[in-house]
Amino acid sequence: MEKKIRVLVAKPGLDGHDRGAKVVAQALRDAGMEVIYTGLHQTIDQIVNTAIQEDVDVIGLSIMSGAHLPICEKLMKRLKEKNLEDALVVVGGVIPKRDISALHQLGVQGVFPGGTPFETIVSWIKEHVRPRSESGRL
Amino acid sequence: MGVARYIKNEKDEILDVILQSGIHVKPVYTQKDLEEVGFDPEKDIPLPGEYPFTRGIHPLGYRSREWTTRQYTGFGTPRETNERFKLMISHGQTGLNVAFDLPTQMGLDSDDPLAEGEVGRVGMAVDTLRDFEIAFEGIPLDRIGVGLTINAVASIMLAMFQAVAEKFGYSKDRISATPQNDILKEMIGRGAWIFPVQPAVRLIGDTIEYSMKELPRTNPVSVCGYHIRESGCTPAQEIAYAFQIANTYIEEVLRRGYEIDDFVRGFTFNLNVFGNLWEQVAKFRAARKLWAINLKERYGAKDKRSLFLRGIFGGGGYGMTKAQPENNIIRGAYYALAAALGGAQTTALCSFDEAYTIPTPRAALLSLRTFQILMEEIGLRDTVDPLAGSYFIETLTKQMEQKILEEMRRIDEIGGMIRAVETGYIQREVAKQAYEFEKGIQRGELIKVGVNKYTEGEEMEVELHEYRWESAEEQIQRLKEVRRERDNRKVVQLLKELEKAAREEKNVMPYLLECCKAYATVGEMTRVFKEVYGEFKEPSIF
Repeated sequence: MEKKIRVLVAKPGLDGHDRGAKVVAQALRDAGMEVIYTGLHQTIDQIVNTAIQEDVDVIGLSIMSGAHLPICEKLMKRLKEKNLEDALVVVGGVIPKRDISALHQLGVQGVFPGGTPFETIVSWIKEHVRPRSESGRL
Repeated sequence: MGVARYIKNEKDEILDVILQSGIHVKPVYTQKDLEEVGFDPEKDIPLPGEYPFTRGIHPLGYRSREWTTRQYTGFGTPRETNERFKLMISHGQTGLNVAFDLPTQMGLDSDDPLAEGEVGRVGMAVDTLRDFEIAFEGIPLDRIGVGLTINAVASIMLAMFQAVAEKFGYSKDRISATPQNDILKEMIGRGAWIFPVQPAVRLIGDTIEYSMKELPRTNPVSVCGYHIRESGCTPAQEIAYAFQIANTYIEEVLRRGYEIDDFVRGFTFNLNVFGNLWEQVAKFRAARKLWAINLKERYGAKDKRSLFLRGIFGGGGYGMTKAQPENNIIRGAYYALAAALGGAQTTALCSFDEAYTIPTPRAALLSLRTFQILMEEIGLRDTVDPLAGSYFIETLTKQMEQKILEEMRRIDEIGGMIRAVETGYIQREVAKQAYEFEKGIQRGELIKVGVNKYTEGEEMEVELHEYRWESAEEQIQRLKEVRRERDNRKVVQLLKELEKAAREEKNVMPYLLECCKAYATVGEMTRVFKEVYGEFKEPSIF
């Protein structure tokens, strides 16, 4: 039987605007994925630990404060330290176009600014996620 | 995004219109509709300034007093924010509305590891009284009312505001502050909460009780349907939830043995303006009436002024779009019109670039000019409540009343707002609405110009406000300087006294005032509260 894709939807940092995170969480769930929502005000360490405990395939960050570059830099560094650099990391929120390539360079694979259709996010994740049995991690 | 749903046939004729609050709009309204909804002009729309104030709280509306304009402003250091304040005032803005950065909103000092990357980003950083001294330098605090958009630590900021005003020589009975100070809505939307529900509500009670005695011109709480609407709820729910939140704060103060008329005049509301124009206008008119009735019948208020629903109607953030951002200038004008037709005392608008960035000066000034054009150029001051008596508007106002009352009853049945928040009922309801809404937009059922219709055209480049890392460094330097220069023994002593007062459930405001005057930091005072009260745990809603 095919395993369900497990996604961690996380709200890093101090910002509490989570309409987007909750909406996307519901959309991914309706698309047949298992979604874990961290709740607000998460540190990078908390997010990484939850990702390990919940054995997720995808880590999705929702960032509205403008601090996406420093936050993602920190996350990618911590994932590397934990040997999780293969994790599929995606980011959504208020992300200016000019920052998208910088996010890719940091190792964030998918960037979905506010207003991205659910279908785009769902099919992108399905296409890029690696089955856990193959990658043997997370 | 708040537009109504339209059911059309293949010829593009509209068969039905369903407003976000669930009301069906008919093609034509007549006297018969008024009769059907039980409209009674004597009871429902007596003259403006007469109970229940559907037509407005002042007999002469904007003729006697134009609205206060109060754009949400703040970024970087207090010095940068002070410059922007002065710019807006020099262009005719009549009030201030301070945006704080996230560390300040969350009670963290600028050098806290958790604040890294966030200092001065979405608002002004404030650590100590020194920052307020810079931010309000040269601002006539006896003439300019100041909104402080802060909630979890509003008690601290109100004390700090009094401290800075007194330092500048303004007596405390002449200054007018409006701290937002609505923690329950933070727990429903927006998310800048720290302490658990019960002590957080007690802190709000402290600010109300203290203002009643010490700060007569201050409005200690601005109850926000606004952010709950931004988070997904309908316009009817926006009002119902705001009123039930306000009732919770009222009961916290009544519990302390005061009469409703002693303090409720300090309540104001912050309500949203985006969406269907008619629905918003009817919402404001219905809200004014229901608030007066709520106070009179539920709490026995006797003083006429206790019954006034006063507030800032504005913003409209969720109606603004990232696509084709210039369209937001036009949207903003219509949203401001809704606020004016709804009889707002105070207004503000999200700037057209706000889906991208902290507003540039040009964008902020465009919002201000929008208000000025409405009031001074095209006639919104001419007459009070100009839509009164319209078959459609009066019918809709009555229907909105019913919808709002239904939603209020639902909260009563759950056992009140505190319970509805602690159990996650409201959060679940709001998240569900937000999801349905987004699906509607993506399916094209709700039209949003530039988003799911008329999407052609060149994309406009928005000028982005640059985040300055130097500002954060400057802020941290100043904080360290203050810590070095202040009387640290005194600060430690005052923080101990604050802790004792909090543990004994005394009103903490006088203690906070002393702490602020001695340059205790926001982080230090917040830590005291965290130790005494603990921290809020979000209910799981999925």
